[in-house]
Amino acid sequence: MSQIFHPSTNAFAKATIFGGVFILGILVWALLTMERSSYFTQAKVVKDQPVPFSHKHHVAQLGLDCRYCHTSVEESNFAGIPSTKTCMACHSQIHTNAEILEPVRASWRSGESLQWTRVHDLPDFVYFDHSIHVKKGIGCESCHGPVGEMALTWREHSLNMEWCLECHDNPEQFVRPREFVFTMDWKPTGDSETMRNELAKLYEVESLTNCSVCHR
Amino acid sequence: MADSKSKKSKFEKAPIIEPGHTYGSITDKISSIVLTKKIRKSWLIGFSFSFMLLMVFLGSTGYLLMKGTGIWGLNVPVSWGFAIINFVWWIGIGHAGTLISAILLLLRQDWRTSINRFAEAMTLFAVAAAGMFPLLHMGRPWLFYWLMPYPNTMALWPQFRSPLVWDVFAVSTYALVSLLFWYVGLVPDFATLRDRAKNRTAQIIYGTLAMGWRGSAVHWHRYETAYLLLAGLATPLVISVHTVVSFDFAMGITPGWHATIFPPYFVAGAVYAGFAMVLTLSIPLRKVYGLEDFITMRHLKNMAKVMLATGLIVAYGYMIEAFTAWYSGAEYEEYMILNRMTGPYKHLYWALILCNVIAPQFIWISKVQNSVIGLFIVAMFVNVGMWLERFVIVVTSLHRDFLPSSWDMYSGTIWDWATYIGTMGLFLTLLFVFIRLVPAISIFEMRTLVTDSEKES
Repeated sequence: MSQIFHPSTNAFAKATIFGGVFILGILVWALLTMERSSYFTQAKVVKDQPVPFSHKHHVAQLGLDCRYCHTSVEESNFAGIPSTKTCMACHSQIHTNAEILEPVRASWRSGESLQWTRVHDLPDFVYFDHSIHVKKGIGCESCHGPVGEMALTWREHSLNMEWCLECHDNPEQFVRPREFVFTMDWKPTGDSETMRNELAKLYEVESLTNCSVCHR
Repeated sequence: MADSKSKKSKFEKAPIIEPGHTYGSITDKISSIVLTKKIRKSWLIGFSFSFMLLMVFLGSTGYLLMKGTGIWGLNVPVSWGFAIINFVWWIGIGHAGTLISAILLLLRQDWRTSINRFAEAMTLFAVAAAGMFPLLHMGRPWLFYWLMPYPNTMALWPQFRSPLVWDVFAVSTYALVSLLFWYVGLVPDFATLRDRAKNRTAQIIYGTLAMGWRGSAVHWHRYETAYLLLAGLATPLVISVHTVVSFDFAMGITPGWHATIFPPYFVAGAVYAGFAMVLTLSIPLRKVYGLEDFITMRHLKNMAKVMLATGLIVAYGYMIEAFTAWYSGAEYEEYMILNRMTGPYKHLYWALILCNVIAPQFIWISKVQNSVIGLFIVAMFVNVGMWLERFVIVVTSLHRDFLPSSWDMYSGTIWDWATYIGTMGLFLTLLFVFIRLVPAISIFEMRTLVTDSEKES
């Protein structure tokens, strides 16, 4: 009777024992890494927009306040997308013939809204309110990143739940004085930890991690 | 010495292997079930029937995934219905396998040899059937891996204070160790099948599964050590799994569940149910495959005795439940037990007493003990009784909530029954495939019995 297996199968069998563990480990690691990559989360990925609007130009170079366009951020859960009228307040005077602004003028003529692509689109099962975050002294840039550097807008963070909880577990570390909420590239002066703790007390900042705070 | 020897002969037990067998005859007889080309008609009929039930399971599961758990009879206040009843029932059945293979091995009960293999297989398949219920009850079973602690993007962690999470670990550990134990026990037999198979494909498959087993002294030495270590590892699991399952109930403050008797009472119940199921399966198996030489009357009697002993513990549990309810003086506990005995589910309670307390008492009668049919009937009573027990525990405690305004009745819908009967199909199908592909009785351990009995004589 001939041998069923070639002697080399011994080595192969041993390799599978170690290989199995490593391959499994690498597979789990790869899956967890992939889940957090910008390919999956779309963080730091620029979205196509009808008009190549530059936050860098308007915020950093011209010094517009966030609230000039995002008017409802202090009162509402939704920060608000500016109407064409807001754009035309300036652009009826400057760059009136710029080709890239043609969609804005077209919208102005027809009365039909511009169809912006949403950059921060939370799933429907999550409730989020801008106004409470602003009132508790959380700066725009804490979540939206250095908007003043974005020639085209991208989403700075993954919006994964673990990212939300990073702050919700210890919100004191991100608190700033209310007057600096809309400031870009803000750095605390002096003893920042005491200041933050005092502010957290003053604004009654709480660590809210109950499921139904956001999943209502 | 001579005295004790004559005493022994006076009370001589039935043999654990009928005389006249040699190494060769044992190997021939057991391996031929697997290696024969011919498919037996009885196997085909049994397999087809089980497969049909498996299709019922797949159908009802498909409909469940389409519609959600609303197709089941679950509703407030009885939010734990068939799903948990069947889970506990199946897990309980799975207990005998590890008890027989691990604890009886450590206690050197050599009669375990001829029943341990398929009792272990039965354990695995019962755990598989049991696992279906919590998985399907989740509503979104494809997210089952959320039960595991791993660094997920939601920063969620299982709630380790919940006994339901302990359950996940207890049951998955149990399934894994049982699988390892079963597989390690199979390695020398796979080698036998590899050497005896005529067919090239079978040689390669059994050869791969045998993992290069040559039967050298070193192999055997390592093998015995590994098997003993695994037995030591599995032994505490026999106790822990059903203890943790009982915590699902005992940790709740529901009347009738919040009792310290629950862990031992559940473990005894599990062993009870497990042995009943081993009897239920081994009686037809030995008959159909002519294995009466290997699974002798002594095995059946021993199993019946274990069943009787654990049955008495379970009966004691029922008694203590009633006693504690009265002795506690807590009105909710008192009402619960009265409602259980005289309320709308009273017929199920008394049926359970009939099946689990009265039926096994017939084993005391030697005529019943020596009759295969008699033991089979008692085992069937116990199978039904243990299901009723879980139904009574789950439903009678829940359906009369603390607030009479939320009182309601519970019964399984047709989909509850279809899923339940369907898991029997899953269990039986796996069992039939197992009997056809793997030696149902450990060949090499049976061979050692030949030498042992020669030594004795």
